[in-house]
Amino acid sequence: MNKEQIIEALKTIVQPYSEETSALAHIDENTDFINDLKINSANLVDIILDIEEKFNIEIDNDSMAKMLNVKATTEIIESKLAANAG
Amino acid sequence: MDNRVVITGLGVCAPNGTTIPEFSDAIKNGISGIRHQPDLETLNFSCQIAGKPELSEERISRYFTPLELRNLNSTGIVYGVIAGLDAWKDAGLAIENNDEPDWDSGSIFGTGTSGIDKFRWAINKIDELEIRKLGSSVVIQTMASGVSAFISGKLGLGNQVSTNSSACATGAESILLAYERIKSGQATKMLAGSTSDSGPYIWGGFDAMKVCTFKHNHEPEKGSRPMSATASGFVPGSGAGALVLESLESALARKAKIYGEVLGGHINSGGQRGLGTMTAPNPTAVQRCIQTSLKNAGIEAHEIDVINGHLTATTKDALEVENWKAALQLPPDHFPYINSLKGMIGHCIAASGSIECVASILELSEGFIFPNINCEDLNPEISNLIDVKSIPQTLIRQPINILAKASFGFGDINACVIFKKYSYE
Repeated sequence: MNKEQIIEALKTIVQPYSEETSALAHIDENTDFINDLKINSANLVDIILDIEEKFNIEIDNDSMAKMLNVKATTEIIESKLAANAG
Repeated sequence: MDNRVVITGLGVCAPNGTTIPEFSDAIKNGISGIRHQPDLETLNFSCQIAGKPELSEERISRYFTPLELRNLNSTGIVYGVIAGLDAWKDAGLAIENNDEPDWDSGSIFGTGTSGIDKFRWAINKIDELEIRKLGSSVVIQTMASGVSAFISGKLGLGNQVSTNSSACATGAESILLAYERIKSGQATKMLAGSTSDSGPYIWGGFDAMKVCTFKHNHEPEKGSRPMSATASGFVPGSGAGALVLESLESALARKAKIYGEVLGGHINSGGQRGLGTMTAPNPTAVQRCIQTSLKNAGIEAHEIDVINGHLTATTKDALEVENWKAALQLPPDHFPYINSLKGMIGHCIAASGSIECVASILELSEGFIFPNINCEDLNPEISNLIDVKSIPQTLIRQPINILAKASFGFGDINACVIFKKYSYE
């Protein structure tokens, strides 16, 4: 799965947590979950659970703490997927 | 000067009606909401019948966002939010997405326990070593104040927002707490009410205590029999009732429809002294609660037209009637009408008081007394105490002016509210 595909999947995952339709439509690497998508910080753990399920990966606490924007999240997903493949 | 407090909105989620028109029609016609519950039978409950509000997915989706619905597993929050928001709308109040909260409006919305099914799910996850899978929805649904938190967020309430808990007196107590808040000038509007979860995990403890009937599993609608000679325990129920309380001044200023007035009331405890225990009421405290509520409301016993009793359909019903009689000290042929809604909806535990108050306010505002059902075989201990004419078994249509509503709960606690019809001066 390449970066664009991951971002596309992320978009579907975060969509129910945000009411910022225009920010959602223009989601890219620079999108911040809290500042741009106005996601309630309590819901970040739910997004991580959805990501784990979607990509069949497990995200540790340290990685979780970094997953506040699309860029960091995509990188973490990529590295976990690579670790799974290896 | 103290504010006068009136009721300007009603909402209900009861086993025999989940809208005010449906509920009003059901209580006039003695329609039962008690049904056989296959899950209770599967789980070997002694009592396999119960009262549960019937709500479609579509109805629920009108009150919650898709995100809230995703992991929602708290029937009490569903019932409370539906009744609460309906009451707010019924009062002619808008649900707006303002930036600023409504500082003068709050809510006291009680419950016994919250989200018991959610709690069970979370406990199982933890025991399966999957704590990280709980997500963010466990706390908000299982904290006791979940229901008032959901309601206040939807309405943008900026005054006191709290959940009271006093067993089966919870609903009546919530109204008195909200009343005091407005009376003393600390709030203008308060959404008062209470809710109670459905299902085996909330009802199981009562079943095990053998306080529920096990004799009517084959005839659910006959099972809840307050004041009957064959009363053999209560039928568990669930749901929510909600009332918008408002200062008279505010209600008149916005030309709101006024259902009735809260004249006053009293809350006390028997201290589990004398005949009182954890589960049995101290009669001295019950009588004192009724008498003090009359004094607080500034009325005399003979002015009461109707008593809406606690009357759960256990052997304690006769004791309750005896307590009313001793407290009111009226000649036998002048005892007010007395009725119990539990014949139709069962004992809705923490929600019983608020649902029964909604019924009481409908009686006052529309001028009727709903029939007692399932007491065609009146308990002789009760008919020896009061005239049988005081226990209507068919609908009576007549204007009523003052109604006394009492609820009593485990822990030996009592609450009594006095309502009056409002007449525009």
